Amino acid sequence: MQGHPVLPYYPGSVCARIVKYNQVQHFYFDHNATTPVAPEVLETLVACLGQTYGNASSIHHFGQGAKQKLEAARRQVAALIHASPTEIVFTSGGTEANNLAILGTARAAQQARRHIITCAIEHPAVLAPAKQLGSEGVEVTCLRVPENGIVNSEDVRRAMRPDTVLVSIMHANNELGTIQPIAEIAQIAHQTGALLHVDGVQALGKIPVDVQALGADLYTISGHKIYAPKGVGALYARKGVRFAPVAYGGHHERDRRPGTENVPGIAAFGAAAELAARRMSEDSERLGMLRDRLESAVLDRIAGSGVNGSRWNRVPNTSNIYFDGIDGEAMVIALDLRGFAVSTGAACSSGALTPSHVLKAIGLSDDRARASMRFSLGRDNTMEQVDGLVEAITASVAHLRRISVHA
Amino acid sequence: MPEQPIAVAMSGGVDSSTVAAMLVREGRSVVGMTMQLWNQRRLPELAVEGATGRCCSLDDVYDARRVAEQIGIPYYVVNFEKQFEEHVVKPFVDEYLAGRTPIPCTLCNNYIKFDRFLEMADSVGAHYMATGHYARIRFDAASGRYQLLRAVDDSKDQTYFLFGLTQAQLARTLFPLGELNKPAVRDLAQSMELAVASKGDSQEICFVPNGDYAAFMDAYLKEKGVEVERTQGEIVTTSGRTLGRHEGVHHFTVGQRKGLGIAAAQPLYVIATDPATQRVVVGGSDDLLSSGFFAKDVNWISLAGIAPGESVPAQVRIRNRHTPARATLIGVDDAARVEVRFETPQRAVTPGQGAVFYDGDVVLGGGWIE
Repeated sequence: MQGHPVLPYYPGSVCARIVKYNQVQHFYFDHNATTPVAPEVLETLVACLGQTYGNASSIHHFGQGAKQKLEAARRQVAALIHASPTEIVFTSGGTEANNLAILGTARAAQQARRHIITCAIEHPAVLAPAKQLGSEGVEVTCLRVPENGIVNSEDVRRAMRPDTVLVSIMHANNELGTIQPIAEIAQIAHQTGALLHVDGVQALGKIPVDVQALGADLYTISGHKIYAPKGVGALYARKGVRFAPVAYGGHHERDRRPGTENVPGIAAFGAAAELAARRMSEDSERLGMLRDRLESAVLDRIAGSGVNGSRWNRVPNTSNIYFDGIDGEAMVIALDLRGFAVSTGAACSSGALTPSHVLKAIGLSDDRARASMRFSLGRDNTMEQVDGLVEAITASVAHLRRISVHA
Repeated sequence: MPEQPIAVAMSGGVDSSTVAAMLVREGRSVVGMTMQLWNQRRLPELAVEGATGRCCSLDDVYDARRVAEQIGIPYYVVNFEKQFEEHVVKPFVDEYLAGRTPIPCTLCNNYIKFDRFLEMADSVGAHYMATGHYARIRFDAASGRYQLLRAVDDSKDQTYFLFGLTQAQLARTLFPLGELNKPAVRDLAQSMELAVASKGDSQEICFVPNGDYAAFMDAYLKEKGVEVERTQGEIVTTSGRTLGRHEGVHHFTVGQRKGLGIAAAQPLYVIATDPATQRVVVGGSDDLLSSGFFAKDVNWISLAGIAPGESVPAQVRIRNRHTPARATLIGVDDAARVEVRFETPQRAVTPGQGAVFYDGDVVLGGGWIE
């Protein structure tokens, strides 16, 4: 190391920040990945963890106490989506619920029904079980999605076949926030007797969800996207919808999902659902305002930037923006070192980032997909934080564009 | 000692972990990054239980992350898979098919580690990058150039793979281990109680399990839909006599003795591979000797260059672990080329390998054997 002369280096640039990295205050703008546990929810969770230790299947006092918490939570979660409590099957999360819906209905269907429909911007927790069915002899149609990030319901109509057993379309896209025309798709699916599954993980708590008005037969929800802890979710299955279990080992959840119930997690999910019902309109209005403030400031200040997907028909907290000529991976790291947590693409098992399949599916070039980032706001974000984020984005983009020789 | 932040390329091994920890201990601002270069699950037929040399394995990332956590630095995995395939794996395969013996580590250093990684360092505000390479960098005020020097621990010296570093890259690179012996590095790692202190050294070409590059090439070509059969051909002697057939020129490298599948009175060596005719030429030990060669795409480090006709005495290393041989470098009209004349003929001068020119410990420059 000896002998390196000290070189002047980008005075006033991000390097001043990195020096103080450990003192940087961190702000969270990645609520579509997960949310913090709300204080009210934490109270329920801790109380339940500490006191309600019975097995909900046991007949004694302790078991009954757990069962009561379980059923109270079921009522709370059902109420949030206008379902009946018996239609709620608790799971370990959204991924399991999606697997249960897709694998379960296809495997329970009559032999004559061997076709399912999904779309290219679904979460891997839908695409992967659909692919698995493909390898089991089920035909899978994966619909293309236009640049606005909204599935064309006429495309669903054209793809329908007499032997279609299931249509699986998400309610709100995790990366773009775009809302899909679920009610229209439900009508189309039901015309030939197919079921509609909706991955509602990113819609829950952000927009009103009424599974009956939507016409969904199956609807996936997850606790940790609505300020409950990780490891708990649910599948809404309309009364009368048949699906085969994907795991075996007990009679829990009316024979639909075996395994001792995660009572504290489920109770917390219930508390979070009730909180979401109470706060949704206020949260939506405020987060929509902050999101629009972020977008207009960024688009106004930074040339070669723009919003991916439709700016209308979006959940209010999500914004996906491209910054031409920058590397999204470098930008996520640079912003993190400045104290702002955002995301791009999908993380693979090592933690490295891979380009987003959603952005590619809606027709973005590789370069633009790589140059895009997702900002997803939540309850704790303030206007000051948003303004700080705008400053950090502006400085990072300028820095990255200055040094990029590969752009 | 410069004050600017440093990005440390962390592989999850002892060396780079120790570098990160040393720099933190010196009070430097450090960010750790691991390069994801190759997806080990991509060629499933190569998945061997207990295979060595698995770059970017989840275990290595786990180790690097653990060390970063231990020493309290921000840590990220950065994805360079696309660039790695384009600049390292594809040229590696193409070179073998063209009858040359490539060195992917040098390509990786030139195009990934000291290029993309340095750019990533820049992106996050780190002026310097540090790695666990065994080599030294020194600024020579007299010539105004950065010099690359052999490591103090000659048995670990990695300058052979670093000859492509430009002045701009050297100016921003730190090799803190260049002054240390490997045992001292292990001691340091142990004294700092790093989780990886007793981890084994990595070996071979990182993306090729068990060093079986022929199997790797077969699997890669199959994935790419290339007919491997087209590389099969004859094994002939230097006088043109056919001795047998082989399964593909990429299974052979100059100087190779084993695996020819031919019984002969004297030991036979691969003298050359000819991709045009798919022939592998074999001969006796003496046929391997050559008195010199031309190097192309030369990168000068301590020297600014050699004028046409100018002679410079040097010691030249023609493969890793080869003892540098005394030679004369002679400038030619093309500034990117140089002629190398050995004092005594050297064995197995292999086209495609690197040739690195030394003046004692100092690397004058290096190029690719034509």
